[in-house]
Amino acid sequence: METPLTQHIVADRQPLSLKEYERVGGYESVRKVLKQMTPSEVTELVKASNLKGRGGAGFGTGVKWSFVPMDVPGPKYLVANADEMEPGTFKDRLLLEGNPHQLIEGMIVASYAIQANISYVFLRWAYKLAAHEITKAIQEAYDAGYLGENILGTGYTLDMHLHTGVGRYMCGEETALLNALEGKRANPRAKPPFPQVSGLYGRPTIVNNVETLCCLPHIVNKGAEWFKSISNSEDAGTKIYGISGRVKKPGVWELPMGVTVRELLEDYAGGMKDGLKFRGLLPGGASTDFMVEEHLDVKMDYASVAKAGSRMGTGTMIILDDKTCPVGFVLNLQHFFAQESCGFCTPCREGLPWVEKILLAMERGEGKPEHLNILDFHTQFLGPGNTFCALAPGAMEPLQSALKYFRADFERHITEKRCPWKK
Amino acid sequence: MENLTAEEIEKIEHEISLVPVKKAACIEALKVVQQHRGWVSDESIKAVADLMDMSPAELDSVATFYNLIFRQPVGRHVILVCDSISCWVVGYENIREYLTAKLGIQYGQTTPDGRFTMLPNVCLGCCDHAPALMIDNDLYKDLEPNQLDEILNKYA
Repeated sequence: METPLTQHIVADRQPLSLKEYERVGGYESVRKVLKQMTPSEVTELVKASNLKGRGGAGFGTGVKWSFVPMDVPGPKYLVANADEMEPGTFKDRLLLEGNPHQLIEGMIVASYAIQANISYVFLRWAYKLAAHEITKAIQEAYDAGYLGENILGTGYTLDMHLHTGVGRYMCGEETALLNALEGKRANPRAKPPFPQVSGLYGRPTIVNNVETLCCLPHIVNKGAEWFKSISNSEDAGTKIYGISGRVKKPGVWELPMGVTVRELLEDYAGGMKDGLKFRGLLPGGASTDFMVEEHLDVKMDYASVAKAGSRMGTGTMIILDDKTCPVGFVLNLQHFFAQESCGFCTPCREGLPWVEKILLAMERGEGKPEHLNILDFHTQFLGPGNTFCALAPGAMEPLQSALKYFRADFERHITEKRCPWKK
Repeated sequence: MENLTAEEIEKIEHEISLVPVKKAACIEALKVVQQHRGWVSDESIKAVADLMDMSPAELDSVATFYNLIFRQPVGRHVILVCDSISCWVVGYENIREYLTAKLGIQYGQTTPDGRFTMLPNVCLGCCDHAPALMIDNDLYKDLEPNQLDEILNKYA
């Protein structure tokens, strides 16, 4: 089984220095693209590889790049989205702390493809070790001539800066991230225009997730066909999956795209902790729909999870067990979304706190029969198309699916006038 | 009006030199002030706004947007308790309750000796090692309440 992204990451060991990284083939893809390929050839290669964005949306990376107008004069930007704040998600931390040079190498490849001369790593505040390692690695890359002017004598120039955010979930949304980089409130922007055309400071900009960028050196070195061949499904490549919750061995693993939920849960996470039964899971962070027992044999790839009524999202699962209250679980999620709403559009600003208050009332034994209808109404009213960005629709995904799969538990809270899970 | 120190101004000017539009450095400028003073006062907002060619209201709209720019005084050390889903599932509330009992503070409060402020924080991104918290720049994970005394003792 090939694990290109994590093969040089060893737990509790310092990441490879630039010299060590070069010794195992590091920065070869930079040499190859800069010296042997045109920017459009790089984009075509990534398109052919069928690499899809690993940040959650799963949009084709090469296709995204191809929207950048290549004939306009003036600056273009590449941004690595390292603002990992989706609850239950801890995959990019591994790549950032474990092999920062791989990210830098991928960023150079992506920047060259869109002919950007300035790039940013947008890193969340809490990732202190990652900030330290990336700062060091960027300096090493400058010293070795992989960044700066006239890289490897090819005439191509690329600068790279680390920007550390000051904490707001919205910054993970790419247009809000660009506002944050411009020193503004991280409200999302209207689309279109898309950032590929008008992004940072109104210039063409590509924002890619860390894991996405880390795939690029391997695609360049080994080819699109190889990238497709290491997957178990129609979606190419490997995926960094994770599991948290009350399982025997929570963790994070790089596996062929398309392993099943059951394999992850039983073979890698070791199954549920003793005395607990599986009830459901969120497949890829807080803003994805619940999957339940009947979905255990679903493949963890974009199309298969969508067919099961959810989204793969970040591919890091959160497990709900039978000793944990589903209403309390969803309340925790809605509290998060209500707090992190930017407040710009009314349905999200007003609706999410309302949902949170109703769930809190249920947990306290103050739930009323009409509350279920109010929650159902919100899943529509805060759904896709009714809000300015995807935050509220994302928040409604676990709520609507909890109301579907665990409705009897919601009803028990109301009829018994208490949370049945509280002693 | 409270003046920024020469060192703060120098650092802020450096941040301004790195961006194409002056305002784009305003978050970095707020970080500089917070690093030096622990928090960002109304007076600091006015002084920084002046330097950035922004109105104090505009700068404050940015400062108050972000969770980790402190617009009220905080203690010498800030405890950020992860309250997101993976930590909730494994019962992070034991950790919070222990800290509240031990330090006598709720979220948003500071101990009378000015040593600790305790705040809730969104997912810290180490969910396979929940529950987790950060104190200043240090991450603690796989926590049990009985480890907390020793951890707190590291912070004077």
